[in-house]
Parts: sequence; structure tokens; C-alpha cells
Amino acid sequence: MKSWILPAMMMAASPAMADIAYVSNEKDDTLTLIDTDALEVLQTIDVGMRPRGIIFSHDYKYLYICASDSDAVQVLDVATNKIIHNLPSGEDPEQFALHPNNHHLYIANEDDAVVTVVDTEKRDVVAQINVGVEPEGMAASPDGKWVINTSETTNMLHWIDASTQELVDNTLVDQRPRHVEFTKDGKTVWSSSEIGGTVSIVDVASKAITHTINFKIPGVHRDKIQPVGVKLTDNGKYAFVALGPANHVAVVDAKTYEVLDYLLVGRRVWMLEFANDQKLLLTTNGVSGDVSVIDTDDLKVIKTLKVGRYPWGVAVKP
Amino acid sequence: MTALYKKIIAKLAKTLCLRAAKRCCKRSRLFLSLPLLMLCLSPVHANELTINIAYATQTSSKPSPSLALFKTPENNGVAGAELGIVDSNTTGKFLKQHYALQVVDGADSAELIEALKSWLATNPGPVILDVSDKVMSAILALPEASNRLFINATNKSDRWRVTQCQTGLLHTAPSYAMLGDALGQFLMARRWREWFIVEGNSEADKAMANAYVRSSKRFGTEITGRRTWTFDTDLRRTSQQEVPALTQGEDYDVVLVADADNLFGFYLPYNTYLPRPVAGTHGMKAASWHRSIEQWGALQLQNRFLDTNGRPMNEDDYNAWLAVRAVSEAVTRTKSANSATLYQYLMSDKFDLAAFKGRKLTFRNWNGQLRQPIPLVQPESLVSQSPQQGFLHPNTDLDTLGYDKPEVRCSMAQE
Repeated sequence: MKSWILPAMMMAASPAMADIAYVSNEKDDTLTLIDTDALEVLQTIDVGMRPRGIIFSHDYKYLYICASDSDAVQVLDVATNKIIHNLPSGEDPEQFALHPNNHHLYIANEDDAVVTVVDTEKRDVVAQINVGVEPEGMAASPDGKWVINTSETTNMLHWIDASTQELVDNTLVDQRPRHVEFTKDGKTVWSSSEIGGTVSIVDVASKAITHTINFKIPGVHRDKIQPVGVKLTDNGKYAFVALGPANHVAVVDAKTYEVLDYLLVGRRVWMLEFANDQKLLLTTNGVSGDVSVIDTDDLKVIKTLKVGRYPWGVAVKP
Repeated sequence: MTALYKKIIAKLAKTLCLRAAKRCCKRSRLFLSLPLLMLCLSPVHANELTINIAYATQTSSKPSPSLALFKTPENNGVAGAELGIVDSNTTGKFLKQHYALQVVDGADSAELIEALKSWLATNPGPVILDVSDKVMSAILALPEASNRLFINATNKSDRWRVTQCQTGLLHTAPSYAMLGDALGQFLMARRWREWFIVEGNSEADKAMANAYVRSSKRFGTEITGRRTWTFDTDLRRTSQQEVPALTQGEDYDVVLVADADNLFGFYLPYNTYLPRPVAGTHGMKAASWHRSIEQWGALQLQNRFLDTNGRPMNEDDYNAWLAVRAVSEAVTRTKSANSATLYQYLMSDKFDLAAFKGRKLTFRNWNGQLRQPIPLVQPESLVSQSPQQGFLHPNTDLDTLGYDKPEVRCSMAQE
């Protein structure tokens, strides 16, 4: 099966085709659409209140939007850029992950200390799983076996068995875990701790921390180095870590865990996403209200684009 | 699946062990049963911990407010500790750790001390203190208090941070000096360098006013006048006549009011002789927490508190919440309920706490004070947060607030 998927994917993601990046503006209740070839803003769309996490369905037909203050996950029809309906999300949805099966959405309900599993086709709640205080980051393993949730005040990774929707294990990490990212092979998880100032590398088989990455930027106090968004290149070469109020993105060697460089971006850098076949990396900079564009070959910031107030999440459609 | 297996095995082990133990006891072959018992007990109970925390408070210790509006909530402080317990139990359920809070109070200080004495005799857990200087001295002098963990959540007196700091005593409440410096730094940033002080008569008022004076010396500002509030009449209808007269004097940039018990400070804004801002305990206030703080995820904490208590979280609630969170963080990481172990961990550089202030909080290991940014608030919103930019320190800018290590004179700092 893989033999035909791969060429098909490469065709779809050929560098000549422009990607479109969707950026959620937390304080403007809008999405900004960016053409990633021209690096220009295309248009702005009104959505629900306080949009934060955004994610595409695997076929890119729909964009799911956590409209936190509307207490809803909204579904945007990508073809028309119209909100077509809401999903029953539970209160205050902030971040979510879409299972590889394309219809189970795992939503972190920050105020309720639960993760809600919603079926995006039937539009009903499949399960609610009790987790720690202030659930935040969500990720599903590439093989679909695990879903991980991070809880910001409990400081844990909660391991949810996706076949039973039950919490089966917990890994204690540093203060205020924000984001989790599986490696492509699904064997390792990168987990950022905002207040701890670290990124933990967690082995999926043992669920134990095997390595902790620390950051140090000359002239920036260690307390201000607050890792949030993490992105890993598919070729296993780099990891990019957004360092929040330190206004830098760290480039990490994904094999040795050595920090290679710090790239200066906008103020309070939050989330990251690749575009143009991973040749570009986009960052949302909340306080400065813009998006920095990083060239992942040269490891340089090549452009800054003004978006709405407090850009939070970013998702890219090839 | 694995979790289910674990559960079944644990249950099986427990029943088997109990049976074996009973049999052993019957035959009084203790020499055989003891190692068996230990073997049996370890996998089942080793991780389970119950942590009882006391909240020591004096009912009726606060002076009655001048306006009914300012009445202190009955569960002041306690409500924050209770929320801390709920938060910690949510975490604890994954680790088999259970937290419980017991309010220990008394109608007067003697009654409170007696009640706490008996609690200490039967409970090994930490104690959160919400008491006056006098009661704190008495409690810490109890023989039962040695080698215990106390966390002061409300007392701001500098003496506990400068001359009388001691092993086993931590403070989540910021000191008067920290509040004074937080305010002073902001005034410096605004270049408001001429201060006019109005202070009340209580010990707390004097301590607060002295903190302004200390800050003034530190930053080289001028105090152009200092008045004591001596009115004993009700000024509700006459403050417009009386306050301008009281605040008349050499020019100043700002009036700093020291009214810790909220008896008169609210008469000052808009009534000062010169049209100047009021800051201190009223007007713009340095406080460890305020209902208007919503940055850094604080909204979640505010909502949890409001939903439970039907009122906003105040400073005392927040400081008590912090105290419980610090304890439970130490329990989580050390897997111990032993007071000495917890204290050691809390004072070590391994400990840090996320507390909705945008950066990690740690304890100063030379006097047990929690390092923390201090918000500056006006009644409706957050104005700023100190330390202000440009106030530098060789270790951390948070130590520009309050007494720094070289200024601390107790034995802890000499080690």
C-alpha cells in the first residue's frame, strides 16, 4: 500500500504548488490566510470567539477550530471558507489532535480537567476522559495506538489508549507542559515544559524520559526561555522549538539533541508549522501580532508577515 | 489492558498477603511473617500517601471594617487552600497521593495555639499559617514545632525574612519590603520621584510605610511629607473637606498610602490637595494577586476559584493556594510526606513552581521567602508587574524585590 501513497503524496506536495497557511488570531476572532509562495496575506475570515488550536482533516476538506470562548469546536469548509457547523466540544476547548482514523478528534477542555473525544462524522461525543488540571497539549501517535494529553498544572503526560479511550499511564515532566509531538516513526515523543524551560524526550515503549534539553540564549534570562511549540522535520534532521517570551526559535539536532542555533523571531513565539514541503517554517508571534517565516535549509528568518491580534495557532494546507 | 492486569495482581497480592499474615499471627510465628509481610506490603502500599495539611487561622483577628462592603470573606485564605487541595488531588489520583485540609482555629490566640498543639501531636503534615506576628512567635516556639514544615501565607512582616528566619519556615506571602520595592520600581520607571506618605496607626500600617521609606532610600527618591491618619470620626460625608487639608504640603508626584486594614485609604483618591495619583495600599496597589489578572493562563485559576466560591480570588487565597501547591509539588517529586524531606526539596534548586505569573517561582534559600513577580493593580485592572525592566541583579531580577541575601541577618543566611 505504501508504494503508491508515497509518490502520490510527493505529487500533491510538489514545491511548485503554493500552500495556504491558516493562522488563528486569538484576540481578533479571525483567521488570516497566507499564500506561502508569494508570502502574502490572502484574506481574513471571521470565526468564533478566541480561536486558538486549529487543525485540518487529513483530506484537507475541513479545518477544525477551537473557539475557546464560544465553547465550541467549529468546522470550516475549506472549499468555501464558511463555518458549516459546530462539534460538541465540551467547555473551553484549547488544543486538539485528530486521530489517524480521520474521525476521532481528541479535545483538551482546559477548565474541566477532561479530554473529550468527538466523532467528527456523527458529531457526537465518544468518550470523556478525566485527566490532570488544565489539560493543554494533545497528540496522536502515527500508528493510532496512543493519544497523549499534557496537563499544565498537574505536570504530566497522560497516555490514552485510543482503542479503549482509557487513561492507562502517566509520565511526570517539568513544570507546565504545553505541547507534545511524536517523531515520524512513533517511537519517541518531544514534550515542551513552558515554565520548566525544558523539552523532555520520552521513549514511547517505556513512557520514561530519556533526555532533557535545556536552552541558553546570551542576554536572555533563563526564566524567560519558555518552550511551547515543537516541530520535527520528516527527514529526522532538525527539531524546532518556539521559546515564547525569549522571542527565539531553537534549532535542535534531532539525533544528538544538541541545540544548534537560536533564530530571532517576533515577540512571544507560540506555535510552529511547516509549509512548502517543509522548506519553510511559520511561527505565530502573539505579542507582535505577526508570523515569521524561517527557511529550513539556510536556518534563517526570511520574512515577517503582519496578521491579526495575538496569532495563536497555525495549520497549512498543501 | 496492562492497567487492568496490574489492578488484578495488586488485589490478588493483597488478599494473599492478608491471609498469610493472619495465619502467621495465629501460629505466632512472627519471625516468618515479618519479612513476608514486608514483601507483601511493599508493592501494594508503597506509593500510597495521605498528606494532611493544617490551616491555622485566628477567627476574629482582623479589625472590623469601616464599610460593610469591605467585610473580609469568612473563608478568606482557606478557600484558596481548599482549591489547592482539589487541584493537588486531581494530580494525586494518578500517583496514589491524597491531600486533605484541616482548618485549625480558635476564638483567641491561646485557643488557637492549644488546638494547633494537639494537631501537631497527632499529624506529621505541614501547616499553613494565617496568623499575626505574636501568634507566629508562639507557634514556632512550641516543642511540637521543631522539624516541622510551616508555610506562612498571609503575614508580611519583614522580621520573619530578615532577623527571625528559621529552618522549616517558608513564606508564600510577599513581605512589606517586596511590595514597597515593587511599587518603588514602578514609580522610578514613571519618574515619579517625590513621594508623600499618609499612614495609619496600626503596626501593619507603620511597617508598610517603613517599606516605602526603605524603597525611597534604595532608589534615591525624596519623601516630601509624611502624615499620620488620626481621624477617629466617620469621614464618609466629609472626606472632600478633610483629605485636601491633610495632603497639603510641598509638591509631590504621588501620594503613598499605608492602610493595611482598609480603614481610610479609600478616601484619598481624587481628594488629595494636588491632583496626583494615589498608590500603596489603595489606588494603585502592589499585591501578590488580583481578580483582574488573566495573563499566563491565570484565567483558568480565576474561573476555578470563582465557580467554587462565588467571589474573586484575593491575595490571601492565592498565597494559601500557592502554599498547598508547593507542598504537593514537593510530594509529587520526592514521593515522600516527610516534613524534613519536603522542606529540603522546596529549598533546593530542583524546586520550581508554575503559578500563573509568567515565570517559575522558587524559594530564596537564605530566608525561605518565595521569589515572585509582584503585580501592580488598580481596582479594575492590572497596571504593571514588577520587577521593572532595567532593575538588574547578578542572580535573578526577582531578587531586586525585598531584602537581598547580604541584608539578611539571621543564621540561615550566614551558612
